[in-house]
Parts: sequence; C-alpha cells; structure tokens
Amino acid sequence: MSSNKVIYAIYNDDDILMDAVKQTRAAHHHIEEVFTPFPVHGLDKAMGLAPTRLAICSFIYGLIGLSFATWMMNFIMIQDWPMDIGGKPSFSYIENMPSFVPIMFEMTVFFAAHLMVITFYMRSRLWPFKQAENPDVRTTDDHFLMEVSVNNNEEELIAFFQNTGAVEVKVIEKH
Amino acid sequence: MYTFSSRLKTFAFILMALGILGMAYGFYMAPKTIADVEAILDKEAAEHHGSHDGAEAHTTTNETHTTTAVAQTETGHHRENDATMSDAVHVDTIAITPMADGHHDAQVVTDVTTTTHSEAAGSKHEAHDAHADHEKHLEHVLHQLQNKPWAALYIACIFLMLISLGVLAFYAIQQVAQAGWSPVLFRVMQGITAYLPVGSVVFFILLVLTGLHFNHLFVWMVDGVDVVGHENYDAIVANKVGYLNVPAWLIRAAIFLIGWNLYQIYSRKNCLLQDDATDNLYYKKNFNISAMFLVFFIVTESIMSWDWIMSVDPHWYSTLFGWYVFASFFVSGITVIALVTLYMKSRGFLEYVNTSHIHDLAKFMFGISVFWTYLWFSQFMLIWYSNIPEEVTYFITRIEDYNLPFFGMVVMNFVFPVLILINTDFKRLSWIIAMAGIIILLGHYVDFFMMIMPATVGDRWFIGIPEISSLIFFIGLFIFVVFTAMTKSPLLPKRHPLIEESKHFHY
Repeated sequence: MSSNKVIYAIYNDDDILMDAVKQTRAAHHHIEEVFTPFPVHGLDKAMGLAPTRLAICSFIYGLIGLSFATWMMNFIMIQDWPMDIGGKPSFSYIENMPSFVPIMFEMTVFFAAHLMVITFYMRSRLWPFKQAENPDVRTTDDHFLMEVSVNNNEEELIAFFQNTGAVEVKVIEKH
Repeated sequence: MYTFSSRLKTFAFILMALGILGMAYGFYMAPKTIADVEAILDKEAAEHHGSHDGAEAHTTTNETHTTTAVAQTETGHHRENDATMSDAVHVDTIAITPMADGHHDAQVVTDVTTTTHSEAAGSKHEAHDAHADHEKHLEHVLHQLQNKPWAALYIACIFLMLISLGVLAFYAIQQVAQAGWSPVLFRVMQGITAYLPVGSVVFFILLVLTGLHFNHLFVWMVDGVDVVGHENYDAIVANKVGYLNVPAWLIRAAIFLIGWNLYQIYSRKNCLLQDDATDNLYYKKNFNISAMFLVFFIVTESIMSWDWIMSVDPHWYSTLFGWYVFASFFVSGITVIALVTLYMKSRGFLEYVNTSHIHDLAKFMFGISVFWTYLWFSQFMLIWYSNIPEEVTYFITRIEDYNLPFFGMVVMNFVFPVLILINTDFKRLSWIIAMAGIIILLGHYVDFFMMIMPATVGDRWFIGIPEISSLIFFIGLFIFVVFTAMTKSPLLPKRHPLIEESKHFHY
C-alpha cells in the first residue's frame, strides 16, 4: 500500500484520451494528473475538476483597484490640495468625477488583470526558474499522458489501461 | 409552426386599446390656447404657495416682480444670442423658479427703482415690453405642453421601430459573420423584424404630420426660421437649411426606411426559399445582401440619428451621436431577441435552443450595454470637460430639469446589467435574463426620452398617461405583429449550412 508507484498511460489522440478518462473515472481509479500538449476541450469536466475561482478573484481585485483609484484621486485632488485647475470644480469628489473616470477605469482593469495573473502563477506554481515537471517530453509535443496511482492493483491497472487504447503503459516508481 | 396564443393576442389588443385611449386623453388634455396655459401656470403658482407657507411672503414679492424679471433676463439673452426654443427653455426655467438669492432680488429691486425714477413715458414702454415678453413666455409654455403628447408618441414610435431595426442589424451581422450558434434563432429574429415594415409606415406618417406642422417637435421647421428679419429668424438654423428642410428630410427618411425594409423582406424570402432549395444559392444571396445592407445601414443609421433625433436640438451637434443612438437600440434589439426567445422556449416551440444560446445572447446584452455606456460617457465627458457654452447647454438642461432620469438611466443601462450579467451562471437563468432585459429596455426607453423630451417639452416633462399610453400602444402593436409573423413560417431553418452546428451548439 505504501508504494509510490504510478501508472503512466500514454495516448496519441485527444478523443481516445477523453474516452479513457471517462472509463477510468467510471472504474473509480484515482487520476493523479493528465498531461497534454494543448488544452483539450472538456477534459476538466471529464476529470471532474472543480471549476476555477479565478474570475471571482479578478472581480474582487477590480473592486480593490476601483477603490484605490477613488481614494487616491479624492485624497490628491479634493482633500490634500484642492486647487482650481482650469476651472474644474474641486469642491467635492462627485463634482469633478467625470475627469477621474478614465483613471478609475484603468486602475480597475490594471488591478483585476495583473493581480489575477499573479494569483494564477501562485496557484499553479509557476515562476521563472521553476524545475519543469514533465513526466515524458513527448507530452509537450504530440502525446497525452494520464497518471494513475497504483494501490496494489498493478496487474489489473495495466490490463485496464491497455484496453483503453493507450499506446504505452508504464509503471513508474515515484520519488 | 408557432400558434399565436389567444391570451397573448388578447393582451396585445388590450394594450393597444388602452394605449389609444390614453393617447387620445393626452391630446385632449393638452392646452389649446394661451388662456389655458395662463390658468395652468396660475394653478401651479397657487399650489406652490400652499406648499411653502414659510416662504410665502418672499414668493409673493417675487411673484409681483416676475414679469419684470422675465423681461430682464430674456431681453438680455436675446441681445447676446438669437433666442431659440431650447435656449429659452433654460432661461424661462430660471425665471419661473422663485429664487431666494440676494443677487436676483437686488436686481429686481434696482430695476424697479430705476423705473420709478425714470419718466412716465419710459416706464410705460417698459411695462409694455414686459407684457409682450410675458405673452411670449405663455406661448412658449403652450408649445411645450402641446408638444407633450406628440413627443410621447414620437419617442414610443421611434423606439419600437429602432428596436426591430437593431434586431435586423444583429441578424445581418450573424449572416455575414457566418455565426454557427445563431441560425436556430433566425426565425425568431425574422419575426421580430417583421415589425419594421409596420413600424416604418406608422413612423413615416408621424414624420409627414410633423412636416405638415401638426406639432412643434422640430424648431427648425418653424416658418420664417431662415428669413432675415422674420420674428422666427434664427441665423444658426438658417445656415443649416440646406440640410434641414422638410422635403429633403422626408426624402431621406423614405430612402432609409425603404432600404431597410427591402433587406428585411428579401432576406426573409431568401431564407424561406433556402428551406426547399437543392443548393446553397439563396444562402449565398443572403450573405451578399446582408453585407450590402450593413454598409447601407451604418451610413443611413448615422444620418437617421441626425435627422430624427439630433435635429430636435438644431443648435447642438455631436460627432459620435450616431454611434450612441446605434448602441442604444442595438442592445435593446438584442434584449428583445433574448426575451422573445425565452418566451417561445417556455411555450415549448424552440426545440433546439438551449441555455448556451441564451448565454450568448446575454453576453451580447452585457457587452453592448457596456459599449453604450462607453459612448454615453465619452459624449458626456468630452462636453463636460471642455465646457464650451454652445454645446454644454445640451447637458445643462438635462442635468437641471431631468436629473433623476438622466442619471437613473445610467444606473439602469450600465450598473445594473454589469453587476447582474457578469456572472456566467446567471447568464443561463431565464428569470435573471428576463429581469435584466426588462430593466435594460426600460433604461433605453428613458434614454430615448432623454434625447427627445428636453428639446421638445423642456422642464414640462412627466412620465404620465400620454407617455405610458403611447408606449403600451406600440408594445401591443409590436407583440401583435411579431407573433403573427412568427406563425407564418417554421421556426427552424431547414437547409441552412450552419443549422446542424447551431442545433448542437454548446458553450
């Protein structure tokens, strides 16, 4: 039970991969990971992955950006030094708001976009000098790889994956 | 095939009947003579007294000097700028509202003193002037009040007609873009655009009546506006008479309406012929005429917005106005497609329409709402920022006299859809789309209200019986025409090259 063995089932077609994923799920084998050279439409649904919450993060970041821009322009232009610049009314924020809208808009987009991208990098653990995690170099080119954990059912699993149209089934000891 | 439910038909007839009654009431209640207006103004003044007991003393003082004050401001204004309807609206407003500021009072007092100290003849002359100006003011209010039912009719008529035009533009874009998701909705769109011929005829009749001086919606149509020395002479409008004259205006309107209707009729005809064809000839024909229509549409749409909407304020112009109007009725059109689709789907008539199609329509509603806001704000902010007197009056009258509808429509057309339709799951829920759609449509009605009303009725606006009745009359007509047209052809195009893709569309 305590072995770190995994099965690498390798496919060369995304349709076959999708079918294999569905069969594996139906047979209640736990899929650790699937590596594909490109996004396979519907794969996340077939694997039963939870939907991403990045959009919600982004919305909140946008609101933060909007608040920041509003606070900043209010502090600088209205509170701190309410100067008459070309007759623009600087008595209250709302009176001069139209001229702040471009900044408010850009700040909202800026915060929403950049913080969301950074969140994405952090959540998917991506950074410049990160060690690549390719189980097989071909998965970046034209092969698809499904990784399934082995729980003392090695023979059964090998037979199972050979029936799903895999071009190659390997058992690997993970460290 | 769709069968028009008798309940919906009855509902449409009830709307039309109520609308006609209400419109008749609106025309009946409009004042006929200056005496009526005087009575209305006196009544308003009396009501004003009642509500402000504390300020009564002051108001009374002001009341006695009102005519003098009006004379002062108006003559001053006449001198620096040829008075026009829309300019006068603004000035009159200031004069009518009892103002408590010392400056105004002081001015009146000084004026009175000067009069007292001047010789008798001069004082008599001044009084005469004041009287003439009071008459002028009454006549101005009379025109505003007489315009009210007409403007209400005009807004409702153009709004519903442009909605079907917006649907037609959307439909043409879908054809030219060879969209794979929308062919299952083509018959719904064709049903909605079937209102265009009917709406165009009604609208054109309204334009002809306007051109024949049945109302004063367009100040540039007034007699003598381009005759030097005439009491209605307006130098600014006189310079535009080469473009703004009734015959050219009606000819342009006829060309636009005929062009749009021809596309509507032929594209529907080709689509039906394609059903029984053995090749894709009619599909290709439709592609070509759609592309040509879009070119024609974008040019005529711009000119249409100057002719029918911007020219109610002939002293004002804005370059992005055509786009702004387009965004307004385009998003309304898409919203109507979504609402009609949801209705038909709920009655079990659109077998192949799924939540993904609704989701796509909702995305368009969301995106074009934001696009409308972008244009609204661009127009507003550029004028607000530079604050050039000749163009900023447009927004000053709107902000002062129409504060709630002016900013309320931004909330309805932008804030609300953005917050509701940003969520992917919400865009698949019928009740959310229906709710958001109704708010968007009301918001864009207010948008058209804001384009027409300030120039035609000024501060005398109200969303009352004439406005609501005109709107429900045209909604009833719209429902009747659209759902009758829907019964005329199968709801699924048969041999459209993209129909299979559309049936299985899934997002």
